[in-house]
Amino acid sequence: MNQIPNSQFLTDYTLHLADNALILAQRNSEWCGHGPVLEQDIAITNISLDILGQARNFYQYAAELINQSTNQQDTLATEDTLAYLRDNREFKNCLLVEIENGDWAKTIMRLFIFSNYQYLLYTALQHNKDEQLAAIAAKALKEVTYHLQWSSEWVIRLGDGTEESHQRIEHAIEELWPYVGELFIMADYETHLLNENISVDLSSLKDKWLEKTTAIFDEATLKVPENVFVQTGGKNGIHTEHLGYILAEMQFMQRAYPNSVW
Amino acid sequence: MIDEMNIQEKKIWQLLETVSDPEVPVLSIIDLGIVRNVEIDSSHKIKITITPTYTGCPAMDVINMSIRMCLLENGFKNIEIKNVLSPAWTTDWMSEAGKQKLKAYGIAPPNVSQQVCTPDLFQKEEAIQCPHCNSYHTQIISRFGSTACKALYKCNACMEPFDYFKCH
Repeated sequence: MNQIPNSQFLTDYTLHLADNALILAQRNSEWCGHGPVLEQDIAITNISLDILGQARNFYQYAAELINQSTNQQDTLATEDTLAYLRDNREFKNCLLVEIENGDWAKTIMRLFIFSNYQYLLYTALQHNKDEQLAAIAAKALKEVTYHLQWSSEWVIRLGDGTEESHQRIEHAIEELWPYVGELFIMADYETHLLNENISVDLSSLKDKWLEKTTAIFDEATLKVPENVFVQTGGKNGIHTEHLGYILAEMQFMQRAYPNSVW
Repeated sequence: MIDEMNIQEKKIWQLLETVSDPEVPVLSIIDLGIVRNVEIDSSHKIKITITPTYTGCPAMDVINMSIRMCLLENGFKNIEIKNVLSPAWTTDWMSEAGKQKLKAYGIAPPNVSQQVCTPDLFQKEEAIQCPHCNSYHTQIISRFGSTACKALYKCNACMEPFDYFKCH
């Protein structure tokens, strides 16, 4: 009977991880064909591809969990139905990943903030009791390590670069920092799963995250802001206006032409 | 009976050596180390287990299809291909023959992963050997190349640019 413990919580958590990855991949891929130089255009789109791969793995697992618990053969969930047919309020991604790209500095800063977080999250998750989440995390961790390296180097390059690049990345920090706090606040589904040792205690990641951020910012001649108001809601489906625009563009085809495939 | 299965399995491994990676066609999927297991069960079903190189590798669907086609052409019909994530693929699983083929193709083969896979920044450049002139006097141009698994390098001796198959 008790084959999947806390199945709804586990589904929600898996969807949260998937949505984070899908929306960030979608944002980064907007740079395709618009990167500042060819090599970096290729870099950011390769990173998007890695992150999209993570999203697919998490969605496939979430679909499996949903199908096991509902047992309805006629309305089977798939990675595609979960990505293309859920509405704004059903998405559980952090607000940080849906914010508009802005300039290159803001895109880089967001990726650095998030890769640093993902690196710590997956490092913990790879030893998880849930074997599939652990396997996805262990696999993705290798790639996230590159993303963290690459974005850290860019933060330093821009922060310790020209007057303009410094100004731009400082501005990016200012715009993005209100969305950092949410990364470390547990949603209900995470708290419930933590009792079963399935999710990760996010508060335990914060010190390490700040330590790394401070080290990179020091080298980049940047300051970590303090006492910034924390915007929340994304993990429970309350989003900024920006998510609606991404979904509209991403989901249009599937909604206009249901079940179309490549 | 068991012997016959063994012979069949061996045959399948040999056939899989003819299936090439769509993005680096000089390598077979065996060279790449992504075929983890071949098994024939008691109902004569062939179960092949493969693992992706990178999470988002777009070649996996093509590889699944190529394996199926190759086996069908050779009379094997009852086939199941399973994708697994764990244990995660590493370039250390690439065969020696594969590394030699890469080099001959103009792509520098991966270094041993323990040596170099660290999260340090602005790493001391790995000593990557130029696949054209064998010089170690090379420099990184970009961490990301034409596919997720490659980085872009330049040789300072012969001045040729080249791809490096990243250690992973």
